[in-house]
Amino acid sequence: MHELSIACSLVEVAAQAAQQHGATRVTRVHLKLGVLSGVDADALRFSYDVAAQGTLLEGSQLEIDVLPAVISCHQCGASCVLPTIQDFRCPACGAPSHHLLQGREIEIAHIEIEVDSVEEQATIS
Amino acid sequence: MKTRLLEIRQGVLSKNDQLAAQLRERFRQMGVLVVNIVSSPGSGKTALLERVLSELRAQGATVAALVGDLETDHDARRLARSGAPVRQINTHGNCHLEADMLIKHLADWNVGAVEFLFVENVGNLVCPSSYDLGEDVRVVLLSVTEGEDKPLKYPVMFHSADIAVITKVDLAQACECDLAQMRENILRVRPGMAIFETSAKTGAGIAELIAHLRQLRAEKVAEIAASGA
Repeated sequence: MHELSIACSLVEVAAQAAQQHGATRVTRVHLKLGVLSGVDADALRFSYDVAAQGTLLEGSQLEIDVLPAVISCHQCGASCVLPTIQDFRCPACGAPSHHLLQGREIEIAHIEIEVDSVEEQATIS
Repeated sequence: MKTRLLEIRQGVLSKNDQLAAQLRERFRQMGVLVVNIVSSPGSGKTALLERVLSELRAQGATVAALVGDLETDHDARRLARSGAPVRQINTHGNCHLEADMLIKHLADWNVGAVEFLFVENVGNLVCPSSYDLGEDVRVVLLSVTEGEDKPLKYPVMFHSADIAVITKVDLAQACECDLAQMRENILRVRPGMAIFETSAKTGAGIAELIAHLRQLRAEKVAEIAASGA
């Protein structure tokens, strides 16, 4: 179970970005999570609230977009979504294939922040 | 008060990835082949490594090992019997090694120029898969006592590895392990992966594994020479 340590890194990265943009609070975090990331979405949600305590992210919502594994087949050239990660075979032609185009992501896509109108003015000028 | 959407597009583990990239560059300059060994607890990482370190040393190669463990230094003491320089990393509850742990433990460790650096990860088939350590090759171990279907149960780790080593093959018959099925399951989650069947006890398959690692190091050295670095 390393989801708590992943959640702490997530909060750190998001809080830093939020701070740089003069945020007073983060309300929402959108995360892209690949099925081959080795991270369990439920365990991450569970750890998230704990990791967010006492930071700009406290009370924010974590939205996880689970991304399927996508392979590029060297045999037929197709890019396909793998129906299961227990069988790395091209769904189009059946050739064994492990060249991944997607599936290992643990990436913050975007965050929703609250900014003081006055502070924002100051940041811009 | 205003609400804004802020695009980030940053990996959550980007800090670890940056440190791993620094390590990889450093290992490249040193010309050392770095091998990250992962498996469940009890698959025989330490036994295999003890044998590999001894045999590589007997062949005149220079080797060193870093070994991760939650609390004890038992594994480091076992590995030190091979005569190789060994350092213990205690993670104190952390279930995997991270790049910054390697940086810390390499900082004041004067191992000199070694050809092979082995990193024995914490016994865990889940968490270590997410953390790049700057290694050249990730070797996943699977013992015959664990069941043929383990690669299907832990596809993320098996998929992330470059070499699979089946261990304790001397016990295969007693465990009624179907080695052909085990190989097939490994290849289902990682097509084309090199697989070695070994026994640290009898020495079976160790020479083949070592020859493969020597080949990988020769390729790395040739590549460094070709790039003029």
